[in-house]
This record gives sequence, structure tokens and C-alpha cells, in this order.
Amino acid sequence: MAKRIPPSSDPLSGSGATGGAAPAPLLEMRGMVKSFPGVQALRGVSLTLRAGEVLALLGENGAGKSTLMKLLGGAHSPDAGTILIDGRPCSFPNPQVARRAGVAVIYQEFNLIPGLTAVENIFLGQEVTRGGFIGRQEERRRATELFRRLGVQMDLDLPCRRLSTAQQQLVEIARALAADARILVMDEPSAALTSHEVERLFQRIRELQRQGLGIIYISHRLEEIFTIANRVTVLRDGENVAEKPVAELDRTEMIRLMVGRELKDEFPARSVTRGDVRLEITGLRAGRAVRDVSFTVRRGEIVALTGLVGAGRTETARLIFGADPREAGEIRLDGKALTIRHPRDAIAAGIGLLTEDRKLQGLVLGHSVRDNFGLPNLERLSHGGFVQRSRERTEFLGYRETLQIKVPHAEQRAGNLSGGNQQKVVLAKWLARNCEVLIFDEPTRGIDVGAKYEIYRLMNELAAQGKAILMISSELPEVLGMADRILVLHEGRLTGELADARQATQEQVLKLAVA
Amino acid sequence: MKRTFADFLSHYGTLLGLLLLCAYFSVVTYSEQSPTGAGAATGLAPVIRKQLGATGRVLIVGRDQPEDVAFVRRLEQELSASGIRLAGVVTGEPRQAREALQKLAAAGEKLDIIAGTTVAASWLVFADLKIDFPTLGSPTVLAPRSYRWPNFLKSENLLNIANQIAVIAIVAIGMTLVIITGGIDLSVGSLIALAAVLTARFIRDWAGGTQASVGGMILACVVAIVLCGVAGAVCGGLITQFGIPPFIVTLALMLVASGSAYLLAGGQSIYQIPDSFVWLGRGADLFNLPNAVVLLLILYVLAHILMSRMRLGRYLYAVGGNREAARLSGVPVERVLLFAYVASGLLAGLGGVIMASQLKSGSATYGNMYELYVIAAVVVGGTSLSGGEGRMFGTLTGAFTIAVIQNGMNLTNVESYTQKVVLGLVILGAVLIDKARQRR
Repeated sequence: MAKRIPPSSDPLSGSGATGGAAPAPLLEMRGMVKSFPGVQALRGVSLTLRAGEVLALLGENGAGKSTLMKLLGGAHSPDAGTILIDGRPCSFPNPQVARRAGVAVIYQEFNLIPGLTAVENIFLGQEVTRGGFIGRQEERRRATELFRRLGVQMDLDLPCRRLSTAQQQLVEIARALAADARILVMDEPSAALTSHEVERLFQRIRELQRQGLGIIYISHRLEEIFTIANRVTVLRDGENVAEKPVAELDRTEMIRLMVGRELKDEFPARSVTRGDVRLEITGLRAGRAVRDVSFTVRRGEIVALTGLVGAGRTETARLIFGADPREAGEIRLDGKALTIRHPRDAIAAGIGLLTEDRKLQGLVLGHSVRDNFGLPNLERLSHGGFVQRSRERTEFLGYRETLQIKVPHAEQRAGNLSGGNQQKVVLAKWLARNCEVLIFDEPTRGIDVGAKYEIYRLMNELAAQGKAILMISSELPEVLGMADRILVLHEGRLTGELADARQATQEQVLKLAVA
Repeated sequence: MKRTFADFLSHYGTLLGLLLLCAYFSVVTYSEQSPTGAGAATGLAPVIRKQLGATGRVLIVGRDQPEDVAFVRRLEQELSASGIRLAGVVTGEPRQAREALQKLAAAGEKLDIIAGTTVAASWLVFADLKIDFPTLGSPTVLAPRSYRWPNFLKSENLLNIANQIAVIAIVAIGMTLVIITGGIDLSVGSLIALAAVLTARFIRDWAGGTQASVGGMILACVVAIVLCGVAGAVCGGLITQFGIPPFIVTLALMLVASGSAYLLAGGQSIYQIPDSFVWLGRGADLFNLPNAVVLLLILYVLAHILMSRMRLGRYLYAVGGNREAARLSGVPVERVLLFAYVASGLLAGLGGVIMASQLKSGSATYGNMYELYVIAAVVVGGTSLSGGEGRMFGTLTGAFTIAVIQNGMNLTNVESYTQKVVLGLVILGAVLIDKARQRR
């Protein structure tokens, strides 16, 4: 953990960064390093933000943008690195300290209490009090003033859950201003807004810029970057790739900077023999998340479904699997229309879903691997309601052999396994169910490199056996290295298909993804 | 080695705690015991034989009470069998003993031994025999030898504990099912009252009151239990179909059921029930074990098999361990939850019937606060309130732990307010131990 240095009150005690004639930048982050178990998220990233500018932070999924912002907001502590505000070193052991130092982070998921009003949310944790009582009139006056500064009207008495997304965002911004924030971080602020609302948001941002705030703007929508940002910092794999004024960049160059990685020899080779169409999806729809998605997966084929975070990939998979209700759409397997209302229906039809989040959705962590393995197979593995435990164990040990699951015995708690082995246990339970269609949602998330290769090898083997595989992935190298065909989603719509994944490039995919 | 010890503790820690408690109460209630009944007579006979040799005359005395009568009859048999002549047998008051002695003295007979129960042997009549009845010779007064044994470990006391906890332990089976799915059922206490009142009313109003036939009584019990099951089904339905938290739904049912019980009972207790109705609650047909305790053991074995061997049991654990993962694995989550609440309702109904049988009446005051004792039994038994973990026999151990603490404190004359304080602290301690275990 980094050494804690309280925000200094003495301007002269700074590290000497202010030696030149130019004033110190509003914010400087130097050599930020942060790792999580199994992942090196940041490998020495630096960033500079000046007062009155909008800095766009760009990078692929997993490039380290969010982690960097969490260090700035005090949500995580850095392993190494220095944060300077006005040239003075600061350390943010928790969000409160960061907030007091003038940093406000507006996360993609808002941090509002749904049942409290705008005023109550704005002053939550920084209440205006008089003798222990909340000065409601004063809070109200100040909130009105803040919204006036933002140039909007706001109903101060409605609970926040009844405000629109755009209004909730304004409450978040007002809250930042109430804390006298000088550095405002906005993580994908436009993701949930309509184009008209985005326009209005930009007006507010320009207004704040004029008032001297420094704004860090994170977005996958490149056209927005050109509209609002002054400079761009690009991250890739936890490192700085470029820091340039927007004027010096064009779209192609930006994408090249974000991707810029050569495919290494990390994917096992395989030969593809495509057969008939097995899974056929037509007109799948559910709210704003999935809008009229149609595609097919053939026997022996690995089809990748990709797109940026929030593009509707996981949602699509859950609709196919019956985990969420769908508004429209037909699902056919081997030409036969399926009625899927519940995961049970999908499983009965032979569809298996390996969820993105194994800990929350894939496994019962507190139970043994044998229990987890048996869960979808109990109907077959039990006789007259009694579970045949020896059969269950024997079958599991068989899969342990073929999938090379590293687990000492079948009674091991699933939570004690590594990510790769957990994934194999989930795979084993679906294979034992004789699933013909397997949906892998982020199959290698949180899995180390060696285990990744094994998962890939297994996927290839399964495809060679004639199963149809739909792989959802946000890692472009994985998409290009594994898939036979690539489908790209953008905001719930299928924006493109790359029929020959071998010939596709990351640039092509990303272009469709940010379309 | 250390690992296996920790495993052992986590599986049997609650049982170990229960045994330690039993040991403690055995030590503190260790005291002088005077044998009574037939057993005491069997112990006393050889002593008499040894002292008397082949000849001699014996007077047997005892009070006019079942235990003393049993003593007297057995001793009579034993002594006659070995050819000892009996000078007389007295079951009654000291006055009758005096009359017998006077009669013997008047007839000019000699007496060698007066054998009596502990109480009878200490009657004043026998204090100054030489002066009062000089003609009788000098008879020795013999009583069964007293011994030291813990009050707690006397078989009557142990059976008493089992009988007292039977209702709570049976209802706790259903509660364990519900808590393992990650829910809670607050309605069981009120359902106990409702079932007791319903059963009593059915017997009184439709089955012929005190003249009710066995078939009528059985029907009344079954209908009452099924109605409680229906109440559980309504809870389960509201929880699964509308996503209302179990706490709220069962809290509502708790009020509804309790109020209905009072309405149905008309604020009185219903006692127009045949004497034979107490068979379930007070009878003891198998090896002297109370029927309610036998039923309890059978239900626990069945529940244990359900949870450890059957598909449904596995589903219950899975739903509580990770509901979403279970759903995505094809577990019929809603049906599984429904089962848990129906089972809890049915078992609460059964608990009510047992209680009505034990007390030979039905009243809306039964089962008051029982939901809390039931939940305490489950939690002390090591079942996690967050769901997914727990064992049936853990709950049984938990129920007995609570019963043993209450019984032990009664035996050691701890007043009831203090008992509540201790019980509360025990529950807290059990949960703390559970937390520490999970952190391991």
C-alpha cells in the first residue's frame, strides 16, 4: 500500500513540481500501479488534468480506466504512485478524503439513495447542520442555487427513483458541486441518455469548464470525444499509450491506439467443419437492452458475440437461456421452435449457459464441487427422489479426468477453486447434461493465462464434436483468435457480422462496436 | 490432524456443547437419592435375606401411594419366594402401622425386621419399639439404601426434557427447511395455537365432544394440520409470485393466525375432548418412550434423509446457497420454496395437535413466542440465517440444548427471569461461535 500522506496544507511543502513559471496542473497522477489477485490492472499510468479542460480517457474494456478513476476517487488504494493536486501530493485512503480534496467521481451506476429527494441526496454525508439539526431551508436554498448554476429546473421534493436518468445525473453533478469539487470524473455519462439529453449534458459540461473545473470524461463513443474533449489520454493493458490534443487525432488513429496489440500465439489451432444450422435466433427483443437481434450458430462453429460494455451481449444470452423474460423473438434448435420461459426449458432443450460471473451466478460457492456438478443433472442422477451419490461422484471424477480439473477430491468447496477450475466445473455440469448448444459468457474472465489456453482448447474440442458454441467476449484478441464468425452489437442492435473471423482485424470490430 | 479436529468441531460442535451442558448439570444436581418403587424392593430383599437367614418374621410397610404400593408388592413376592414368613403387610398411614404392631404384640408374636420405604421407615411409630412394644423383641427397621445420583440424569427427568421440547423440536424441522432456503417463518407460533384450537373445536363440535371416536379425532387432527399447510402454501405463494420478503409475509400470517385462533376459541380454552386424546402427547407405548418423542425421532430421521439423500433436499440447499445459480442450473426455485413453507406450516400444525393432546385442550394462548424458540433452536443448531447451510440433527441438538438449559436451571432453582437472560446469551454465543467457524 502506498504511504499515506495527508493532503498538505502548506503550499510550499510540495514536491517541487511547481518549480517552473507555469502553474502546477490541477491534477497529476504519476506512475500509478495497482494489481488485483491474478490481474495487473495498472502498470505505472500517468495522467495530467488542467483546470478548465475536458480530458477524455480512452481504452478498451479492461485497459485500466475504471481502476485509475477508482484510485483517484479513493475507492481503491494504489500499490504505488503519486497523486498531486495543485502540485501537492495527496493520498486518498477512502472516498470521503478524496471528496474533501475536491475530487468527485460520477460512476456509471449512480450512487443515489432512491428513496431520498434530490436535496437529501446532494447533501448526504455533507449535511448543513445547525446545532445538530439539519438546516432544511438552507440546504434547499443551496440546492436551488446549484441547479440554477447548472441552468436546469429540478423538482426538489420527488424521491430520486422517480427522476429520469438524465435528472439523476444532474443530481449527481449538483452533489459534486455542493462538495466544491474541482475535479469531476464522469464514467460513461452518456451511456443511458438519449441523444437530446447528451446534447444538454454537453452544455452543462461546457458551463462547468468555464467555471474552472477539470473534467475527466470516459466514453466509448468516439464522436462524443471529438465534440467535448480538449485532450485525450489513451490506456492499453494498464499502460499509457498516448496523450494528445484531440485536434491531432482522427478516428482511425484513435482506434489504432486503443487496440495496437499484436495477436500472440495464445490460441490453439483447429480445423473447422461447419455443419447445418443448429441454433437460430430471430427477432430477439427486450426493452432497450436487446433490440431485434437475429443470428444463427452452425454445428461445429464458434460464433463470437462482441461489443462494448452495455451493448446487450449478456442480455442476449440470458434471453436465449430463458433467464430473463423476452418481449419477442423466436429460438429454434435444429429447426425446431423452442418454447423457453424458464432456464429449465432451455436446459431441457440442451442449451447450457456458462455465466459471466461464476461467483454470483454459476456456482453455489459454499457447496462442494460434486453438489454443483450434480445440480442440473439430479433428475438423471436420482432414482425415486433419492440422489445416487456414488454415481454422481463417479461421473464427476470422470469429468475431472477429461477436463483436467485440479481439485483434490469431489467434496472440495467450489469457492476454494481457482477461476479456471471453477469454469471447468461449470463446463462439466453442462457437458454431463448433454448440452448441444453452449453459451460461454466471458469464458476467460479472471482466469490466468495458462488456464485460458486450456479453456480455449476445450471449446475447440467441443466444437469439433459438433456442438454449437456462442462465445460472448469483450476481449478482442480472444474474439479474433477463437471465433469462426463475429457478431458485433452496439446498444442492443446487431451492427455487423464478420463472416470470416480469420481475416478480420480488431479495427474492423471496434469500428462496428462504436458505430 | 488439526484440520480434522476443526472439521469435527464444525460438524459436532453443537453436540459437544450439549454434552458439556449435560455434564455440568449432572455435576451440580448430584445428590442423595432414595430408591422407590419395585426397584427399591428388589434391592432391599437380599439385605433382609442375609440378615434373617432362613427363619424370622418381617413386617412390610409403605404409604398408600402407587410407588410405595409397588415397593410393598414386589418385596412381598421376593420374600415369599425365598420362604421368609411375613408377619404382615401395611400400606397406609402410620396409624395403620401402629394397629398392625399392636395386633402382633397382642398375639404375642415376635418380630425381627420391619422393612419399609424410605419415608415409612422413618415414621415415629418405629422410633421406640422397645418401649412401646416390648413383647415384640427387638426388630430392626430397614429401608432401601440411599445412593448418590444426579437429579438431572434420572430417567424421568430426561424423558421430561424430551417431552417438553417435542413440540418446539418438531416445528423446528420446518423452520430449518425454510431457513436453509434463506427465508424465515414467523407464523409457526400462531399456527400452533390455530391448529390446537381447530382440532379441539372439530372434536367438540363435529366429532362428538368427549364421546368422540378415534376416527373422528384423527380426522379432526388431519384437517387442522392440512389447514396450517394451506396457510404455509399461501405464504410460499406470496413470497415466490410477488417477491414479498418472507419476514413480512409470515409476520402478517402470524397476526392473522393468532387472531383467528382467538376468534375460533371465543377467548376460552376448549376442553370437551375425550380422555383418550392424550395418547399422542402423554402416552408412552414403545420402551417407555413418550409417543411424542418417538414421533419426533421418526420425523428427524425422515428430514435428515430428505436433506442429505434426496434431490429435493439438494435443491433446498442450492436455492439458499445461491438462488440465481440454482435457477440458472434449472432448479425449480419457486416450487422448492413453496415446499419449504408448506412443510413448515404442516409441521407447525402437527406441533399444535401435539400440544392440544399434551394439555387435553385447545387454547389460543398456545405457542406464544414459540417462533422465537424455534428459530433459536435452528440457529443454535448451526444453521446459517443467510441460507444454504445447516443440518437437521444440528437443529435437534439445538432444541435439546435449549430444553436442557431450561430444565437444568429449573433443577438448580434459577428463577425464570434469569433463565431468559441466560437463554438469550446462549443464543448469542452460539451464533458468535458459528461466525468464528465460518471465518476459518
